Amino acid sequence: MKTIWQGPIEKIDDYRWCIPKSYKSGMLVDGVIYADEKMLGDICKDKAAEQVANVAFLPGIVKYSMAMPDAHWGYGFPIGGVAATDVDAGGVVSPGGVGFDINCGMRLVRTNLKEKDLAPKLKDLVYGLYNDVPAGVGSKGDIKITGSDEKKLLVEGSKWVVDHGYGRQEDLEYTEERGAVKGADPDSVSPRAYERGKNQSGTLGSGNHFLEVQVVDEVYDGTAAEVFSLEKGSVTLMIHSGSRGLGYQVCDEYSKDFLHCLSKYGISVPDRQLACAPVNSDEGKAYLGAMRCAANYAWANRQCLMHLARGVFEKVFNMGPKDLGMDLVYDVAHNIAKIEKYNINGKERTLCVHRKGATRAFPPGHPEIPEKYKKCGQPVIIPGDMGRNSYLLVGTKRAEETFYSTCHGAGRLMSRSAAIHACRGRSISRELENKGIIVKSSGRETLAEEAPEAYKNVNEVVSVVEGAGISKRVCRMRPLGVIKG
Amino acid sequence: MTKKYEQFSHTADIGARIYGKDLKELFENAAFAMFDIIADLEGLEATVARAVEVEGEGYEELLVSWLDELLYNFYTKSIIFSKFEIWEFSEKKLKAKIYGRPVGVNRNRLKTEIKAATYSGLEIKKTAEGYQVEIIFDV
Repeated sequence: MKTIWQGPIEKIDDYRWCIPKSYKSGMLVDGVIYADEKMLGDICKDKAAEQVANVAFLPGIVKYSMAMPDAHWGYGFPIGGVAATDVDAGGVVSPGGVGFDINCGMRLVRTNLKEKDLAPKLKDLVYGLYNDVPAGVGSKGDIKITGSDEKKLLVEGSKWVVDHGYGRQEDLEYTEERGAVKGADPDSVSPRAYERGKNQSGTLGSGNHFLEVQVVDEVYDGTAAEVFSLEKGSVTLMIHSGSRGLGYQVCDEYSKDFLHCLSKYGISVPDRQLACAPVNSDEGKAYLGAMRCAANYAWANRQCLMHLARGVFEKVFNMGPKDLGMDLVYDVAHNIAKIEKYNINGKERTLCVHRKGATRAFPPGHPEIPEKYKKCGQPVIIPGDMGRNSYLLVGTKRAEETFYSTCHGAGRLMSRSAAIHACRGRSISRELENKGIIVKSSGRETLAEEAPEAYKNVNEVVSVVEGAGISKRVCRMRPLGVIKG
Repeated sequence: MTKKYEQFSHTADIGARIYGKDLKELFENAAFAMFDIIADLEGLEATVARAVEVEGEGYEELLVSWLDELLYNFYTKSIIFSKFEIWEFSEKKLKAKIYGRPVGVNRNRLKTEIKAATYSGLEIKKTAEGYQVEIIFDV
């Protein structure tokens, strides 16, 4: 595919590229793309760079409109986009800067198991997970929540489900925001959003959502790995899911409402999916109240999924929770808007940080990370494609320049239809089985859509964020068993 | 029969280019395209019908509202819709009867989970044959 981007791009250093604000009238700040030369080429093959420039129009945006190395063409924002707006200087919040899958995110669980323990039981484990964890389009969870409990779940998030038997109290300690961000307002969530979320708690979803059994195959930072109780050969479980229908409906309704805010607040943006409203307006507050409900729902959902998966491990290995040691390493969102404080030109400012397909990466010592992790920094969970690797990283001080944000995954290289076309006549599950990876999927075409070659190489993405100094490798995992929606 | 729609390449999501001889047909074909992506509609016999009504400011907003209304009905009523008859149509409002079949317990017709229809780059264009629009679905 040829290069679509024809605009200016200036090299800052080996990992940073600038789209100057002179590119388009209306850009308030420069755009910055984190990539090496090769990845920049991929990013410029679709409309992602144009979208980086479009995001620079958002009122109140500070520093830069940024894209991480896994960036690709999204809707409104690029996937992999980061933008912060100054709340007290008319800064806006845009539902399109969070996305439909509010608090889509990652969870990493450690175990006491080693690769050799897993080998004889791998098939049973994958089939067990496939049977016990509801996945796929239209799937329904077995967790039924009604009436006033629904509102409680949206406010209390993970805690509510833990209190009702889905996991352990200590899981909350290792979840971003302890699994419930403050300021959730259940009255800002429409009856329709409740209705779409009702039967979906504890369901994985479909498309790129997954559950993966992995083994740590490389350790880069032994000290940090030890803090996370991981070593070479350790078996891990990774979960990727979000807020399901509830989040989609919230984004949908507020995106529509916010179209009317553009004229009301005199805002001009080049794409309707960038519709936004000032954070301090009634509309902005209502959206954030609803978005936080969806975020809490997503944390509760991943908590349920982990609980279901722990049950399957206990059954298959005939071991108790203590012997299995399935402790949560961390859970972190990669589609969310957060209110955070930063020093901008010598003054502390309150910012609304949009991370759309980007992961929060707080540095060592940050007050919002678990006590046990204070010395090494916040864990950052980066999934790759199902045939190659995934990573555990930690945040760094230098990432202040990205509002402590980093990449979120490999990022797609091929469209879904191109991937299906490329895989015609092939059995992806057999190809993976030959590499020792067992996969199960509920969707007919999911495996082809999610074929490894459809993604960028996560190893290259991670080497860019490490090279740029915005996060640091702790260990690398290799997939053994994969359940796709 | 003329082509109702075709998919176009989009890196992360699914793009559909929809055709219609008039705006009403464009809207009906957009609905068909969305469900054709969601499920296997081949030979699907409609057994249930529902009435829907949506409002919007202008045709483009109305189009997204229409598709999102259908998605809401699909997810909450568990019905795959395959036939769409718009009987009242203006720039601000449409009323339609939609026909489909319950998803069923084994969900064997379902292919893709569409989260929403997006406004990104959406523009209804007049062509020599009628109308055309490109829609990006978040999947």
